[in-house]
Amino acid sequence: MASGVKESMSIWEYANPKKFLATTTPALPWVFGAAFACLGVGLVWGFFLTPNAVNFQATVKIIYLHVPSAMMAINAWGMMLVTSLIWLIRRHHVSALAAKAAAPVGLVMTLVALITGAIWGQPMWGTWWAWDPRLTSFLILFLFYLGYIALWAAIEDPDTAADLTSVLCIVGSVFAVLSRYAVNFWNQGLHQGASLSLDAKENVSDVYWQPLVICIAGFILLFLALVLLRTGTEIRLRRIRAVQARAVRAEVLA
Amino acid sequence: MTALLLRDLALALRAGGGFGLGLAFFLIVVVLVPFGVGPEAAVLTRIAPGILWVAALLASLLSLDRLFALDFEDGALPLLATSPLPLEGVALVKAVAHWITTGLPLTLAAPGLGFLLQMDPGAYVYVLASLALGTPALSMIGAFGAGLTVGIRRGGLLLSLLVLPLYVPTLIFGAEAVRRGALGLDAGVPLLMLAGITLGCYALLPFATALVLRINLR
Repeated sequence: MASGVKESMSIWEYANPKKFLATTTPALPWVFGAAFACLGVGLVWGFFLTPNAVNFQATVKIIYLHVPSAMMAINAWGMMLVTSLIWLIRRHHVSALAAKAAAPVGLVMTLVALITGAIWGQPMWGTWWAWDPRLTSFLILFLFYLGYIALWAAIEDPDTAADLTSVLCIVGSVFAVLSRYAVNFWNQGLHQGASLSLDAKENVSDVYWQPLVICIAGFILLFLALVLLRTGTEIRLRRIRAVQARAVRAEVLA
Repeated sequence: MTALLLRDLALALRAGGGFGLGLAFFLIVVVLVPFGVGPEAAVLTRIAPGILWVAALLASLLSLDRLFALDFEDGALPLLATSPLPLEGVALVKAVAHWITTGLPLTLAAPGLGFLLQMDPGAYVYVLASLALGTPALSMIGAFGAGLTVGIRRGGLLLSLLVLPLYVPTLIFGAEAVRRGALGLDAGVPLLMLAGITLGCYALLPFATALVLRINLR
């Protein structure tokens, strides 16, 4: 069965909306189930079965929400960039709809990362918010998501909206990376970032690392499930619109 | 290209909105700040560079929504798109015309307003240099945003939402250059970064702008 040609074709077969729905609809409960299983195990393990850290007391446990959501906030934009490029190059509608579907999920992930960060920052740094490079970059990322979603909402013609938002996503990515480094540069004049940056890889010991990885897997699966679900909804919405338009046309002709 | 540039400049001049309105807005924002933060000279001196930059950024945003919208509505844009001059060139010329009617006067007026904000004497040359290097980038980024929203009715608010996050790097390096200059530190790096952003924008964004214009004209 698995001849070379067939295999290389296989990923683009899912660009067919029918094939996409036929594959993802039955798979969705499993993906959701796996996501919740991972999150359940990871969070329970992390919250109740790991010791409190010496310097952080119990506040360290918010890491299980903060780090995965922050990772997904960035990865969601990366996914939108890839799907936007695929739409502009290969004109697969599912790809454009997947980018549209991922944006609100990424927005919420950014918000979760910002809020959990504030909750963690209050006891640790004594402030809910500081203009630290990392925090500021996330706030800017939040604005990028807002603009992207607003542009989708403002344009009526679906193909025009897909084209324009794709170009915005690509240009925005360049400026987002530029902002990230500009913000790093800008902060040097204010204060050292070292005391404020809690890099998981440097500080976290194995006890926390294992549940954290499970939580990250859970967030990835949850993101995947939500995007598949939302993409499916967008495809169905578009079908409904097509059927309605056909009905109106039939009425006019009759 | 020259003809288009002259036409845009003449339109901006005769419509009365070009030079005057942006400058007046710039002045008003700067005058409002002391009312907001209090008249203490020490505070104003410290925040003056940032205020000048933010005000310049908002003032250049003002006239953006008409950059392509007027030509789009009266049908001149499709004509420009089919003219021998490539649409990329049109986008570039439009951005340059926008800069000459807003960015350039703002740059020239900024030292005078810095005087109002009790700015450090040493910072004037850096205000001029950073605005001269940075405002062209604002016009080009703005032209891209204007191209994106040209087909949307009442797209002005959306335009600001799209364009302002893209202004962040320019604003950071611009204000940082002035701040360093005012403190007597070396401002070379932020000025070079500013120049780099401007050149990069003018090298790449005309293509993106022409692309979105073509999509909107389809």
